[in-house]
Order: sequence, then C-alpha cells, then structure tokens
Amino acid sequence: MSKKFDFSVNGQAVSVSLDNEETPLLNVLRNDLGLMGTRFGCGLEQCGCCMVLVDGVPEKCCTKPVWSVTGKNIITVEGLGNAARPHPLQQAFIDEQAGQCGYCLAGILISAKALLDKNPEPSRGEIAQALDGNICRCGSHNRIMRAVEKAAAVMRAGKAR
Amino acid sequence: MNAPLPGPLNDNPNLDRWVAFPSPGKVTVLTGRVELGQGVLTAMAQIAADELDVAIERVTVRSGDTAKAPNEGYTAGSQSIQFGGVAMRQACADVRALFLDQAAKVVGCKVAELSIDDGRIYRNGISTGQDYWTLSSAVDLGVKATGDGVRKRVADFKSIGASGGRLDLPGKIFGESAFIHDMQIDGMAHARVVRQPNRGATIGSIDENAIRRAAKGPIEFVRSGNFLAILGADETAVEAASVAAVNHVTWQNVEVAAPIQQEANWLLQRPVVERIFGTPDAGNPQGRERYEATYTRGYLAHASISPSCGLALFKDAKLTVWTHCQGVYPLRAALAKTLKLEPASIVVHHVQGSGCYGHNGADDAAADAAIIAMQKPGQPIRVRWRREEEFIYEPKTPAMMVKVRALLDDAGKPVDWTQEIWSPTHNQRPGAGGNLLGALALPDPPPEPPPSDVPEANGGGATRNAEPLYDIPAKRILHHLVTEAPVRTSALRGLGAMPNVFALECCIDELAERAGQDPVQYRLSITADKRARAVIEKVAAMAKWIAATPRGTGTGRGIAFARYKNRAAYSAVVVELSVEEEIRLHRVWCATDAGLVINPDGVINQLEGGIIQSASWVLKEQVRFDNGIASFDWETYPVLKFSEVPEIEIELINTKDEVPLGVGEVTAGPTAAAIGNAVSHALGAHIRDLPLTRERIMASLLKE
Repeated sequence: MSKKFDFSVNGQAVSVSLDNEETPLLNVLRNDLGLMGTRFGCGLEQCGCCMVLVDGVPEKCCTKPVWSVTGKNIITVEGLGNAARPHPLQQAFIDEQAGQCGYCLAGILISAKALLDKNPEPSRGEIAQALDGNICRCGSHNRIMRAVEKAAAVMRAGKAR
Repeated sequence: MNAPLPGPLNDNPNLDRWVAFPSPGKVTVLTGRVELGQGVLTAMAQIAADELDVAIERVTVRSGDTAKAPNEGYTAGSQSIQFGGVAMRQACADVRALFLDQAAKVVGCKVAELSIDDGRIYRNGISTGQDYWTLSSAVDLGVKATGDGVRKRVADFKSIGASGGRLDLPGKIFGESAFIHDMQIDGMAHARVVRQPNRGATIGSIDENAIRRAAKGPIEFVRSGNFLAILGADETAVEAASVAAVNHVTWQNVEVAAPIQQEANWLLQRPVVERIFGTPDAGNPQGRERYEATYTRGYLAHASISPSCGLALFKDAKLTVWTHCQGVYPLRAALAKTLKLEPASIVVHHVQGSGCYGHNGADDAAADAAIIAMQKPGQPIRVRWRREEEFIYEPKTPAMMVKVRALLDDAGKPVDWTQEIWSPTHNQRPGAGGNLLGALALPDPPPEPPPSDVPEANGGGATRNAEPLYDIPAKRILHHLVTEAPVRTSALRGLGAMPNVFALECCIDELAERAGQDPVQYRLSITADKRARAVIEKVAAMAKWIAATPRGTGTGRGIAFARYKNRAAYSAVVVELSVEEEIRLHRVWCATDAGLVINPDGVINQLEGGIIQSASWVLKEQVRFDNGIASFDWETYPVLKFSEVPEIEIELINTKDEVPLGVGEVTAGPTAAAIGNAVSHALGAHIRDLPLTRERIMASLLKE
C-alpha cells in the first residue's frame, strides 16, 4: 500500500508515492525525482557525499527516512545554481579548480553553503571544522577551503553593495 | 627514416582510432586513457587543440571504449601523458599533415604556403575557404600513422602549458549526472551481490524468507554456483535485502584474516619466490662500517569516496558493459574468459567514477553486473557495491617490510646498498594474471594465478624505487615475493614506491645524522644528477631550510626526494610538523620537475593530492584484521580530515624540452619519508613503522 509524501525540493513542491516510508531521502532524490547531484558515498552517514539542507540545516540524507522530511524544504546542489546562474560558491570552486574527481563536491558545497549562511566571514579553521563531516579522498582540501573563502568574500561584497 | 612511432600509436596505428571530425566545427579525439579524477581528458584536449590548430572548445574527448578508442592497456603508473599524450600529439600532427596535403591539392598550391587557424585553412594568410570539415570527406583517416606530421615546437604551444580549467569539473560542481552511478537505463534492475567470503567458500544455507522480509519490497535471487545476487526495480529494497543477507546466508570453508597477519613482520618466514636485481653482493671484504635499519608499512585500502559500480546488458548475443575501471580492453579480455564469450561480442565503455588510485573494486563490480546480465538477457543490470563491501573486498595494497643495509666509507657515505623487501604482489589486475572476484564464485572457478609482480621493465611492483638514485657504486635489491597473502593484494598509487622511498630516504637521513651532516647537504654530496639536485635545492630554498637545527624539540622539519621509478618525474618535499601525543602537520613545500607540463594547475592539483593522500597513509591508515577485515567503514578506516591537512606550496621546474612525465604518484614516497624524517627531528628518535600512530609515538617517547 503506497503512501504519499509531500515536501519541497529546491523551492518546488513535490509529492512522491512510496510503499516503504523508510526509503532514504537520498534514494527518493536520485531514483524518484531524477536529481543525481546528491551522491551516494557510504549509506552510513559518515562521508557527507549526500549532504542536503533540510530547512536550512545541513544533513546527510543517505539513511534519512522520507517520512521525516514531510512538509520540509530541501535544498540540494542543483538548487544552489547552474551553469547559467552559478552560486558564488560554485563559481569559486570552478575558479579555484577545487576538486579532482569531484564526487564529494556536491556535499561539500552544501556544507559550505550552510556555513556561510550562518557565518559570512569564517576563518580557515572554522571552514575546516564545518567541512570535517565531508570526506575528500583526492586531496583537494586546500583548494576547497580557498574557494569557500573566496565565495565568502564575493558574497560579502555583494551584500555590501 | 622516421623515428619509431610512440608506443600506443604503434599499437593502434589507424588514425581514425584517434581523431574524427563528426560534424561541422567539431573535433573528436579518442584516447585509451580514462578520467580518474586526474584531469587527463582536459590535458588530451589541450594537446589536440594545439597539434590540430583548433580552439579547445571544438574538441570532445572520447575515452576508454573498446568499440572505438585505441587500446592503451591501463590508465596507471603515471604514464598517460608520458606515453598516451605523446601518441595523441603525433596522431593529431599526422592528421593535420594529411589535411594540409589535401588542401594543397584542392587549392593548387604547395603545402608550405598553407597554415591552419582554428580549423580553417589559409594560404599565405588568406582564407582558402577550406577547413577540416569541408575536406573531411576526401581525407581517409583509416590509414596508418606515419609519424611524418611535424609536431608543434614548444614556442608555438598555445593551449599546452596553459592552466585551462578542467572540462569535466563544472558539471560535477553543478550536480549534473557525471558519474557511472548516475546512469539510468530504461527497465534497469538494481542488483547487489551476496559476496563469497573467500575463494573456495561455499554457500551452506540461504534464508530467502528472512531476506525478503528485510527487503520490504519485491526482490529476486539469481544464483550460479556460489555466486548469489539479489535484484529488483527498487534500489531501497535491494539494498536492505543485501544488508540482511550478510546474516541470512551461511557459508562453509570460510577463512578469516587474524590480527597477527595485519603487520608486515608476519610476512617473514612465509613461502616466497626469490628475486634478485642489481650488483652481485661481494660481501664486505674491506671490513667497512655497516648500517642497517628495518622499516614497515601495513596493508592500505584505496578507499575511493564512492563504492564501485558497474552496469551491463546482454542482448542479441552481445554483452555491453559500463565501468569505471582503468583498462577497458583488459577487462573485456577477462570478461570473455569468465563468461566464455568471444571478445568481439563484448563492448566495454568507460564512464567516470569517483577518484581512483589503483586497482579497486571497479573491474569486479563490472564483472558482477555482467555475470547477472548473462542470466537476465534483455534486462539492464546495475550493481553498486555497499561501502562495507568496497572496504572488505577491494584489493589491498600489500604490507611491506624493507630492510636497508649500507656499507659506508670513511666520510660516512654509502658505497654499497642493499634493499631487502618482503612483500606480496602489487598486481592482480584482470589481464595481468589476476581474477575477477565474481568469477571465483562461479561453478568453474579459474585457477589461482601463478605468483608474479609487475615486471622491472614497467617500473616493478614491490621493487619500485627500491634502488636509490644516489651515486652509490654498488646497489642491489632482494625481493622475497610472498606468495600467500592473508588478503587479495594489488596496485595502489605508486605501488612499492612509497614504502621503499620511506625506507631509503629515512635511512639517508639517519646516515646524514650519523655523519654529522645536514640532510640537504648530505643528499647533494651523493647526487650528480642535475635535475635531482635542482629539485632538492629548490625545495630547500622554498622552505628556507636551515642546517643543524636542534633535534627533539617537539617540532621538526624533514626533507626527502625521489625520482619516480628512477625514470619519471623528480620531486623533493619538505614537511614541517609538531609532535605531542599526535602529529600535527603544519606546512609542506614541494619542488617537482615533470618535464614538459601540459597543464600546470592540473599538475599542481595532482601533486597536492598525492601529498595529502600520502600524509593520510602515513599518519592514519592501516587495514586492520580481526576475524576478517575489521576496517570496513570511515570510522574503522579514518583518513585525513579538512582540519588536519597542512598548507602546501608547490613549485614546478618546467623543463619544456624534456618529455612530459606523469605526476600522480611522484609525491607519495617523498612525502612519507619527509614526514618520517620530520618526526624523527621533532622527537630525536626514529619511528620506522607506519602508520605513525599515537601508540607508536607514545611508545617512542616512553623509550627515551
């Protein structure tokens, strides 16, 4: 007997019908809604590849049951921006070539977004702390942290105008 | 008389395997090298843009495809640019020459009067109205490369040598479908394999009902011998079933690795094949002073950020496989053998996966999908390993013990060097004697491969970088190739280079200390190689190296150097760190000479990655055994975190007239040894066993 779950993703109302209310949000995003930007990395809430914003709070969604997000607003990496209108974080990541394989980046961008929403002028240490829940195995850490600093500066300058 | 064609071009001489002009304004180049996160496709596009005289935006790179792209074996060993890139340059130069010949005929002029700019052909600077695309129907690229095409001079490079951004990165940053994991094929079934714990293990019982209950959705089982898979349309149900199956399928003849087997010293007294290289051992007739030290490293995991994934479809007697492995042609050959198909009836396509640092589970996941697909004709099958499955079943890089023995002259410099190694093999790739994991569970499993390691001609496996580059009159390697490892072992970034360079470069520091000399000066005093001296001097200058700083103060600096495989890129690294109970990395400086650099920022990115990964290996990583592999997730196999990475400063010595050399692996050894030397500087004591854990540091401090 399938049940309906209503929530919003990147500002759009969605309604999905599922037999299993324990279905992880990650699987719903990828397999039911076709949003492939949020990646599967471990299924254990350890690596951060599946980070999304749930009502503005960064959360790993690989084991998060879909029932728990009913009525909530989800932001995924696709919701940050696109090639035509990149988010300052995405533009900074491209400018700094902040990535190698790029698999971890969607989750990292979300963690960084959550950080900058709270703290528009983070120190390098605060950025590192905020990203410690995300694993990067290729060793792009310094570029990533530089990109977050750069995006923060761009966003501050944008607000100041 | 032409120079011989570059190897990969010689192996795949038809130019249409390399270059195509599919539609007006578009160029496709095909390469056997695949994107593993190292930026190789961007570098290939840069090469093609320059050699064909077209804007890089026109170039599409197709890679790793047994239906079309050249067979270049594996993308491994930091050889893609050194060999594949040079082949691409020549192929494009030959194609450009064919088009100029044709244009001269059409225009009625001499080739020397013609030039190409962004694909358009000019005669003495005036447009001819011709371009690659107007001429392409008249130019047959099915011909063999001649090597007659003149490659661009260094001074004429536009794209080569410039730090153009990675072509594949924006899509990944915008969250597009960029990875094999994101592939969706209509009617696709998700599948998971219930893994055979080891070769020879047999299924005792399967509690299908319990597994179905756990699935909470429709699933089906596919079985062939001891190969058992679960599949269904709903990934959530299939995943839940596969997790439950671990407890609801029993196995017989299970062998598990024990804690005692996890350390390198377990490798002593095992069955071995003896291998000896270098100067015969004349003993010590002059009674020289002898120095000996032993270094070890445990088993490491690749720990790619995503578990492996493979897709397959068997339809109309043809098998199509999608994989993120490093060699589509060797995988095709291995699949043909396993599935008893003709290679011609299998097509293997490369699709990008997450970062790959060697032989991980990619080939095996593709084989899993293929084995299942053969039993479900017409249905696309997607297998994605679980995280724990990747950690437990991916091939590990072997533990190694390295004993260095040096005979010293009166000035304390080595005149005779023996590096004695105990290590299982570093290569069990399919196609190199290894087996696909799933094949071992099939009714007719392939035999155990005979013991072997990577040949010296390819840089060696356990012996890689075991010979110091320094001017030492007699050098030899004794390799005890251990034939029975407790786990499957294969290639990881640099193979034996990391433990060998760790051993020999730490030993060099110990010898310098013993001779009362500064480590930088001591190295320079035994190195005539100009490029080696240049990177050592450069990194010392970058780090403002000061000789004779006191030892044992809790903070330390260390230097180390290697030329990868003693014939590729040169790299020297300085590390600054402090040690309390744990090691805190502060700064890393690195100077590298990789010959002609195609994309400087891409090279620096690779070098940074190599430094951070090596630092992670040295400080944190070891696969633990306890009733089997006990490192099965990111908590039991932690890697370096954002708050733990050092600042890194890199300079390239761009020797443009030298051949381009790969850099993915060059920093692994020097970083490990520089950390080891810095720790010993900080502690005033040597820790020779990796990883440099808190326990080992505490034990060292207590000994003082």
